[in-house]
Amino acid sequence: MSEIIKLDKLTRKFGSMTAVKDVSFGVEKGSIFGFLGPNGSGKSTVIRMLCGLLEPTSGDAWLDGASVRENSERIKRNIGYMSQSFSLYRDLTVEENLAFYGRIYGLRRERLRKRIEESMELSGITSKRKQLSGTLSGGWKQRLALACSMLHEPGIIFLDEPTAGIDPVARRDLWELLFQLSKEGVTLFVTTHYMDEAERCTHIGYIFLSELMVCGKPAELKMMPEVTPAGTVWLEASSDRITQALSLMKKAPGVMDATIFGESIHIRAREGFGEREAALALEAGGVSLESFRAVKPSLEDVFVSLTRERLKARGAA
Amino acid sequence: MNFLTTFSAIVFKEALHLRRDPVTLVVTIAIPIFQLIVFGYAIDMEVKNIPTAVFDADRRAGSRELIAALANTEYFDFRENVSSEAELREAIVSGRARVGIHIPPDFTAGALNGSGSSFQALVDGSDSTVAMQAVNVVNSVGLMQSVGRLGRVDIEKLPVDARPRVLFNPDLKSANFFVPGLVGLIMQIVTVFLTAFAVVREKENGTIETLLATPLSRGGLMLGKLVPYAFVGFFEICVVLTLMRFVFGVRVNGDVGLLLLMCFVFLFTALGLGLLISTAAKNQAQAMQMALLVMLPSVLLSGFVFPRESMPAIIYYFSFLIPLTYFIEILRGIILRGADLSSLWSQALALAVYGAAILSLSTLRFSKKLS
Repeated sequence: MSEIIKLDKLTRKFGSMTAVKDVSFGVEKGSIFGFLGPNGSGKSTVIRMLCGLLEPTSGDAWLDGASVRENSERIKRNIGYMSQSFSLYRDLTVEENLAFYGRIYGLRRERLRKRIEESMELSGITSKRKQLSGTLSGGWKQRLALACSMLHEPGIIFLDEPTAGIDPVARRDLWELLFQLSKEGVTLFVTTHYMDEAERCTHIGYIFLSELMVCGKPAELKMMPEVTPAGTVWLEASSDRITQALSLMKKAPGVMDATIFGESIHIRAREGFGEREAALALEAGGVSLESFRAVKPSLEDVFVSLTRERLKARGAA
Repeated sequence: MNFLTTFSAIVFKEALHLRRDPVTLVVTIAIPIFQLIVFGYAIDMEVKNIPTAVFDADRRAGSRELIAALANTEYFDFRENVSSEAELREAIVSGRARVGIHIPPDFTAGALNGSGSSFQALVDGSDSTVAMQAVNVVNSVGLMQSVGRLGRVDIEKLPVDARPRVLFNPDLKSANFFVPGLVGLIMQIVTVFLTAFAVVREKENGTIETLLATPLSRGGLMLGKLVPYAFVGFFEICVVLTLMRFVFGVRVNGDVGLLLLMCFVFLFTALGLGLLISTAAKNQAQAMQMALLVMLPSVLLSGFVFPRESMPAIIYYFSFLIPLTYFIEILRGIILRGADLSSLWSQALALAVYGAAILSLSTLRFSKKLS
């Protein structure tokens, strides 16, 4: 598989503040690339540089072989961009917004009409075509924004937190749409805070404090030695009184970290910490252990571990 | 290709914005009409119907004739009869009257016995224009009365017959001087404000973010933003010129076609100035302030109020930087003097070059990168 997006030491400074520092990675054609990181870590800045909205301070990136430094106008013809906040015209209807963007990309007459219909069809907003976009609810606005970004059939679509603030049903529908586009060979570059969405991506990059910490397939990230250092194991325990169980577990000898994950507790512990030790720890507080098994770390475990390691390393230095 | 694509897309979009916001459109069109009528009348320098009080101590044929003569000029509006000098003074001090006519008891008698008679006019000097006008009219009425009494002398054949003739504005109607300038000023105010928000609004609403991620042409964006407003402005100027003709009775002595053509050139320049502001401003409040900053010199230095010839040299040359300066000269030239392009070409050329420069500058200033 060829890399359709390639970043090489991409850096952006705002005054003395470095928003993005030496970020390098590649994205395979046709993949759904999940770009994760806490607020303010530099996700949007990277996207804006890739879309040609911001000039990199140093480093470069290539989209389909064209450099963002030198060929940003050429790149813009072949990308779609859905920004973090709704940035279409509120006083224009769904159809008018689509027609405007279609025209900007040089679509006309029959072809413009056809693409508007297809995009509305695919994103399911045909029924709202005459509605002013400012009066749409959050989920519909996102569908419209996505429809606008794919009108001109771009090879890459950038989506900056497309599901922030919309309900779970709308969120699922939007992802269905992304899978559909991906199946047609479109490369999707998506930022998100939701771990379940991250699990759906074919590839993931994690950025923290302006630097890329890790990049790869979700399964690969879970196998990383940094996440599961030699002599440690990931375990899952469940109990009828989960909150008490959590605080007991945290204090248990051999447990390095414990967090609630759904209806159970994810535990990172030293090797040798088994079901017997876990049961003992809980019984001391009068709580019983219902189930216990070894697991692979979740993506959340991966990011939390990596973040803690990095912060610890910073503190030490 | 890319220019035309962007241009037509933007024109279409801006037209939709205009249609979606009929309130702004109506206000935009109504404001100049309102301003022209209010200011047109307010700036009328001819003072008529000056509130006047009279203390007539004579009360005979002579004094009645004098009062009638003064009233006939239509400059004086006799509102009050008082019975003492003190009361006359009080009427002026209190502001009820601006002029007080005091006719002494021997006014008619003096005329009859040939010893001569006089009357006094007290004029409130707090408004110099009103005062000057009142003094002039009182003097000339006095002169006419004297001449009338000489009886035998024909007014048309005074020993010295000075006949000043005023060109282009024979009635010395101040409307003729002020209204064309006012048309220019109002059009500048409205048009600069029309486009001053055009780009900055996209920045404030965040729509610029998506727009900049497209292969948009800067020139197409600028011209596309300008053209729909140029049509609004052109409609506007037609309305305002019609009002000028039929409400203020200012005739266009020159070619109306040339006048409209020049209006179009001016519209592009003024709308371009608005766009320049819009690309420089960070938000709409800033754009508003910048637009106001352009307004003041336009009012004071364009020749609208003060003749530019009497300005200090530095300010005189500075006034060439104001597009309204050229437009007012063109307006007065075509409307009052019936001038044609052969005598106005330099101003017309300056305006066109100015417009092209401003539009190019705002296109260059518009950055396709976020800052």
